[in-house]
Order: sequence, then C-alpha cells, then structure tokens
Amino acid sequence: MSVAKDIARREGVFKGLTILAFCWAVVGPLTMKFFADHGATVIRVETTKRPCTMRTSAPYKDNKPGLNRGGYFNYFNANILSLSLNMQKPEGVEIAKRLVKTCDVVMENYTPGVVEKWGLGYEDLKKLRPDVIMLRQSGYGSSGPYANLPAFGMVLVPIAGLPNFIGWPGKEPLPVGVSAYTDCISPRFATASLIAALDYRRRTGKGQLLDFSQFETAIYFILPGVLDYVANGREPERIGNASPDACPHGVYPCRGDDRWCTIAAATDEEWQTLCGEMGRPELAGDARFKTLADRKKNEDALNEIIARWTKERTPEAVMRQLQAAGVAAGIVANAADNLADPQLATRNLYWEMDHPETGPFTHLGQSFKLSRTPARPYSPSPLLGEHTEYVCTELLGMSDEEFVELMQAGVFE
Amino acid sequence: MLEHLRALDLTDDQGFLAGKILADLGADVIKIEPPGGDPSRALGPFWGDKPDPEKSLWWLAYNSNKRGITLDIESPAGKEIFLELAATAAFVIESFPPGYLDGLGLGYDALSRRDKGIILVSITPYGQAGPYRDYKDSDIVVMGLSGTLYQTGESDGPPVHISLPQACLHAGADAAVGAMIAYYHRQATGEGQHVDVSMQQSAAWFQANAVPTWELSHVILKRAGAFRAGMSTGTAQRQVWPCRYGYVFFNVIGGRTGAKTLSALTAWMDEEGLATDFLLRMDWDNFDMFTVNKDVMDKISGPVGEFFRRHTRKELLKGAVPRGVSIGPLSSMADLLGDECLNARDFWQEVDHPELGKTLTYPRQFARSSAADLGIRFRAPLVGEHNGEVYKELGIKAAEVKALKQDGVI
Repeated sequence: MSVAKDIARREGVFKGLTILAFCWAVVGPLTMKFFADHGATVIRVETTKRPCTMRTSAPYKDNKPGLNRGGYFNYFNANILSLSLNMQKPEGVEIAKRLVKTCDVVMENYTPGVVEKWGLGYEDLKKLRPDVIMLRQSGYGSSGPYANLPAFGMVLVPIAGLPNFIGWPGKEPLPVGVSAYTDCISPRFATASLIAALDYRRRTGKGQLLDFSQFETAIYFILPGVLDYVANGREPERIGNASPDACPHGVYPCRGDDRWCTIAAATDEEWQTLCGEMGRPELAGDARFKTLADRKKNEDALNEIIARWTKERTPEAVMRQLQAAGVAAGIVANAADNLADPQLATRNLYWEMDHPETGPFTHLGQSFKLSRTPARPYSPSPLLGEHTEYVCTELLGMSDEEFVELMQAGVFE
Repeated sequence: MLEHLRALDLTDDQGFLAGKILADLGADVIKIEPPGGDPSRALGPFWGDKPDPEKSLWWLAYNSNKRGITLDIESPAGKEIFLELAATAAFVIESFPPGYLDGLGLGYDALSRRDKGIILVSITPYGQAGPYRDYKDSDIVVMGLSGTLYQTGESDGPPVHISLPQACLHAGADAAVGAMIAYYHRQATGEGQHVDVSMQQSAAWFQANAVPTWELSHVILKRAGAFRAGMSTGTAQRQVWPCRYGYVFFNVIGGRTGAKTLSALTAWMDEEGLATDFLLRMDWDNFDMFTVNKDVMDKISGPVGEFFRRHTRKELLKGAVPRGVSIGPLSSMADLLGDECLNARDFWQEVDHPELGKTLTYPRQFARSSAADLGIRFRAPLVGEHNGEVYKELGIKAAEVKALKQDGVI
C-alpha cells in the first residue's frame, strides 16, 4: 500500500492532527503512541547520522544488528512515521521549519539546548506558527540546574527515590527490574496534559509550552512515601515482600525452573480459607496465626508452611485454586507468560504486524480500552526514513526535482 | 485548562490518581464518598501516625484539588441525586468491581441513555470482562501478573515487590489519558464512551525490552539484583554501587550517551588521582556494552567503585552536574525535599490545612504550562466538606439536605 493510501485509511479520534516529534529513546515514542494509535499523523524526525539509541540496541532479529532490525525500537514505534532529516545541514533545519507551520504540535525529549541550537525553541516556533503547542519532556525539565545533564531512566529511577521501596531489610536497595521504569510514567501525564492543551487552543485560539520533567512525574508514583517523610519525618525502610496490612503477603516458590506465585490474604477469613485450600484446616486455629498481628509476629514460619505447599504445584494451579476459593493469588509472569496470558489476550495489548525487514513481529498495543474509538494497529514500526518522500512531497508539496536535489545533497541522511 | 469540565470521582485508592490528574489540569472534580467517608481513608500511614480518616497520607496525596461530598448511591434518593449530578459532568470515574454500577442501574448503558455524551471511566484490577474479571487482587498479585515483579529482585532469590502500590498508579494515570482521548472525541461528535482500564494491563504495558527479547532471542529477561539484566553474556554489569553513607546507581553503558559520561567520569577521577592508566586509555566511543568481557569490566569497576566509595550522594550529584556525568545517587526523601533542581523549579508547595492550622508540603504540579497555573489550589476534602455548596449548586434546599442527612443519604 502506498503511504498516502495508508494514511488516508487511518481512523480514530486524532485523525487530522499532525505532530512533529523529535523523539529519543522510549519516552518520546510512548507519548506519541497514544496519538498515533488513535489516528494522528506523527512525524518522527530521525537521522542515519545519529540513529535513536533504541535502533542500535539488542535484541535483533536473527541476532543480526541493523538499524531496522532492533526489537526494542520496533516494539514501541507502531503507527509512527519516520522522516530522515540531517539537522546538521541548514536545508534540514529549513524543512523542519516548514513542517512546523503545518503541524499542530511539536514534541521533543532531547536534552534541553538541542532544539534551541537548531532555532526550534518555543519562541522560534511561535514565530513560525503563533498557536503552536510545544511539548518538552526531558529528564529534569528544561529549566533548573540539572537541565543540561543527560538523563535516562536507569538514573532517574534512583534520583526520584524509588529503590528505597525495593529490597530486603538490611540489604542494598534494588533497581526496578523493568529498566527505565520512569519512561512509562511521564508519557501518561504528558498525554493527558497535551490533550487538555489542544482543547484549550480550540476554545481560546492560544497555543502554549508544556514542560515536563521525568524526575518530577516519577515522584507522583511514590507520593505517600514522600508525605510520610514530610508529615512524620520517616524515611522508608525496605521490607521485602511483606505488607503492614496483610499476612500472608508474598512471593512463593513453585514447581518448575524459576517459577513463582503470589499470595495475599487481607483478612482473617481469607487466611482461614487458605488453610483449608492447603489441606491444613488445623492451622486456622493455630494461636501463632490467629490475627494479623499474630501472623506478622510469626511471618517467617507462616511463609515456610505456605512455600512447602506451593513448591509442589505450578503457579497456574495455585492461582486457579486459590482464586476459585476467593483468595488473591497469581502467577509471577515473565515475558513469555505475558504473551500467553488469557486475560491480556482479551485486552488487545499486543499487536502482531508484518514488519518489512523482520517479518511477523509483536508490537506493543495500547494500555486501556475505549468502547467507541479503539486504538488500532495501522502500520508496523517504520524503517528509518521510510516516510521521508511522503512527508516532503505530499505534506510539504515539494517537487520531485527539489526532493532529489536535496537527497543528493545529503539532507535526508 | 479544564475549568469548563466536571468529573464525578467515585474511586477508592485504586483510582485516585485519575481524578487528581484532571483536577490538577483545572477540572472541577467532585469526590463522591459513601456517608461516613471512603473506606480507603483508613489506609496508613497517617499524618501524626494516629489512624484518622482525615489524615490518611494516601488520601491526602491523591485527592488535592478535588471537592468532596458524601452520597449513598445505593439508596433510591441518592441514586436520583447522583444522576442529576452526572447530568452536569463530562466524566464519571469509578473503581467498583465489574458490574456493580450496572447492578445499581448506574452503569454505562443507563448513564448514556440519559446523556449520550457521558464518559464513564472504569478502573478495575483486570478489566470489565475476561477470565480474570472476578479474580481477587492485591498490588503484589497484579504486579506479578503484569511482568514487573518477575524482573525485580536478586538473581539468586525470589522476585521482590515494590512496597508502595504501583499498579493503581499506572492504571489511574492511564484512566486520565483515556478520559481525555474520549473527551477529544466527544468534543468533535457529542458522543461519550466507556473507558475500560485494567491495572494488570496498565502495569504490563511497559516491560522495557522483555517481550521482544523473548520473541526474537528466546531469552527470558531475569532479575539481576544490583546488576543489570539483558546486557553482555560475558560478564555482569553492576548498577548499584555503595557510596559514602548511601548508594549511587550507575551503568557502564555504550553509545554516545555512555561515551560522554564515561570520558567525563574518567577525567573527574583523574582530577583526584583515581583514574588508572587503563581507564585513561579506554576508547569509550567504541565501548560495546553488549560484548564487553569480565576482564575489562573488572578493570573499570575496581577504580570506579573506589571513587564512589569516597564520595557522598551530594558530592557525587554536585560534581556530576557541571561535568555532564549521568549518575543516579539514590535520593532519600529528605534529599528530594532539599533537591536543588526541584527547588529551583519551585516543585514543592506548602498547602494550607486550615482546620489544623498547619501546612504540608506537596508537589506543586506535574506539568509547567505557559498558559495556566497548575499548582494545588486546595488540599484534599474532609468527609462531606462540600456537601453544602455542591447540593446548593444542584438546587437542593437546605431543609432538604438536612432531611437527606437524617435519612443517611448524605
């Protein structure tokens, strides 16, 4: 299908909305996904001179590196268009400026200073399009003493304090295993805000600058812990898998290699049910385990008893049996389990699409369902520069001669 | 920005963040609690450590900028009032078990029959349908089913949970996004819809490269504790390093970002006489984190670890900023409150709690907008705090309010 046809057949809430996106790594594409998956034309500016770090990250199809073969990049960029533009050349910057005039939104998540160097700061953009909305989303925000410090999720997670809540008592704090965890936090705040800004412009005619700091948005995910310090002077302690409000509450070993399940009993009744399900009804009357306070006091002994029972079973069997009895339990899913999860399958979380260089490939879909205007897979993650000609000739109306001339001058590298 | 929009927020702690985001963007969000108050007000910790429904820190954290009323939506009179209120709102946000509102005659079908523009946002552990629909939940269970838990923890031990609930925050933030996308559609067409948010799905949405790594390489990304997973098979790469009185997170990574940080760090270490000849001779531009072997890694980790051990978190951050070194000292809560960057950006805000004659420090705003002040306008509501003004706005007379109160409806 030609690109023009592909774009024309797209539907969705944001059909007709155009975003020029200077994305880097994960935060940019995850934010743009919300728009592209709902029909917006998202033009991602890339360059072969300095390809996105995700394009040069493993895993690769057949373990063969290549800019279009990276699984990390291809997982997150469905529905997005790729414009290859060499911003080191004045003609490249000129094309970007022409595009700004036709775009509703300019989004960027580079280290602050990069877009200014190109003459694409907010004040510059306003001159090109007075009602432009600019969305910035760097690690520490575009002002303040850390503004120019390069950042990425694995560093932002500890700076925002998250590992204080992960690990065993007396042992070292641990990273969130899903690396770059903060990368999925900021895009949600940014997207809700950007849609509010689009609505504001519709009503008032005014654009704006929206500035996000991934550091700041991550703090919203540990806010009760921050307030506990502010209100009570208490720093968090690492408590492993325990909870002050539930016991048992933990991760238990199961049959198989590195297989685990979770079990959480919030009430005495749930504990008693669990005893019955384990075939140990006598434990329900055991004085060591009668109340939450008793169970917390004897938590190690309790966990050992449960582990002896779970070890003989698969996590799936534990989940099915306990959930049927009304006790919260689940498998501890790895990536293969996620892909096979019958609940996630009903949620359309994964989109399989044929990628031109790597064949059938699972792309990430959307994180929630809309009953009337669902997100849709339209096109696989783009090859680098796949949409350059479309953007230049169809959207900007460049003549074929001009396009070829610029191409020969290396503007689209 | 959203001052023209109203949302009715029926959620408990599983959905607080959704309404909070809309409220911070300016919407008039009315928290509706059952008479006596939302049970999630009983969630600790509490301000002053004594259980008190007005002092739950979970409640305070995620309900500022919302007004609050009490209403028994299960009673016939309460239902009527709820429907009248819903007629003034663009959004109804709820986190009841699937089917609960339908059972009351207040589900999406019933609401949309009265107002086809209504947007119902539902947040549940697993979603409105599907085989897990009625499964019990707890954050550890949902995070386990999402994939995040499996990847967190030490390589020779069980997966470790993030002890502050996270799935409800992923879902709450997604619910705000879904609400706004639905609103964008409504503004163009007049049509509302049902936004169905699953905590499991929201938390599963971001698993970094775990899914493609399985699909393309048939490798399951496992937890790696203080080390970093998914990198070179030839050696482990440390991520958590002890520093003086704390920890610093640092990855020896490749690419341009890595080269910049590692050359700057080597130069910094050299200023203090701690850079070895090996480090000074390293070609950081061509360092490949996916193929590096143990010998090279040890020769990097030794002196770098020693350098970190000699410095405090504060010294490391202060030195890293001007040099452009990307490292992450693990901030304590006190560090966050005193952080130079957050303070320069005016991130913290003292918010009045007039009934206590005290203030509490909160994050001011998650976005800086050149068009609107998105800071906190007022703290989370007390139980039924805005009954008077909201019911008056609805045209219910004071005497009637009194009668409804006696009947236990509000």
